Amino acid sequence: MRVENNPKLRTKNSKLSPIFAPSINFSFLKKNWWKILSLLLLIYTVVAGFLVAVPDLPIIHQSIRNLYFHVCMWFGMMILFIISFVYSIKYLRGFNLRNDIYAQNYAAVGTLFGMLGYVTGAIWANYTWLTDQNQSLGSVLKEPKLIGAAIALLIYGAYFVLRGSFTDIDKKARVSAVYNIFAFAMLFPSIWIIPRLVGSLHPGAPGSDSGNPALNAQNDLDAGMRMIFYPAVIGWTLLGVWIAGLKIRLQLIKDKTLLNE
Amino acid sequence: MNKFILRLVFCVLSFLMCGVSFAQDNTGSADVMRSNGKIYVVVAVCLTILLGLFGYVFSIDRKISRLEKEK
Repeated sequence: MRVENNPKLRTKNSKLSPIFAPSINFSFLKKNWWKILSLLLLIYTVVAGFLVAVPDLPIIHQSIRNLYFHVCMWFGMMILFIISFVYSIKYLRGFNLRNDIYAQNYAAVGTLFGMLGYVTGAIWANYTWLTDQNQSLGSVLKEPKLIGAAIALLIYGAYFVLRGSFTDIDKKARVSAVYNIFAFAMLFPSIWIIPRLVGSLHPGAPGSDSGNPALNAQNDLDAGMRMIFYPAVIGWTLLGVWIAGLKIRLQLIKDKTLLNE
Repeated sequence: MNKFILRLVFCVLSFLMCGVSFAQDNTGSADVMRSNGKIYVVVAVCLTILLGLFGYVFSIDRKISRLEKEK
């Protein structure tokens, strides 16, 4: 049976055209190049992250490879929260509901990244702080870095509780935009400032002689690791932006009657 | 479109599975997947999860694009 003569097959084939047609559809690449970049960067992260040699330091050993995953979650979270914060301000400047939807969904994916960062950090800490350094559970639970990150995530959790408790859409958008700005401001004392001031098991705290609570990129990373770490941050962040974008587009379709478009 | 991509992904995955099952046959020999403490197995597992997740997100992206065109 010839394909050209069968209308069913022909329509099926013509449907395939966006990617598989002989002429490459450049508008697809123009719009979606960063999604493919994200995929390629994360493939690079996994392959190079597991295979390239890392410095073998006591206690931490090979687990330093978590840097390409655990730390990237926090970087991604911070960038997504910044985007959410900007959209909340934009909402308050013009009261366009579209900006509120953007702010909400970037905050949601940011919180997801934060929670993943927290859980992966807990797993990592279990094998480096608790068992191999014989720290008591009490001293690990007293970690300023962990408490600060938990507070920051709970504040963002309250943002969603607040959103859910309004019936009036405009009031919900307005109050939660103001709250989102507050939540963003609270990130600074809880995860940036306080962990810098007090001793901590976490790399970079005053006890480990550098001022940075997360890690000291100048001294703690060797050049090879930096070549994987920074692409990994970009890759994970792009993935987060992509997922947030999907959530936003879905909500814009759902709420199109509210947006008067 | 979507079905085609799913079929493509399935094909690629089944080829990968073939590789895994062949690797299991020649126990004892030093093949790539077994070298360096079998770290390549971990890489393969993580890559499969990553590709699966990206395929899933891509398919959701397509569905939403179709919804956007409908309105």
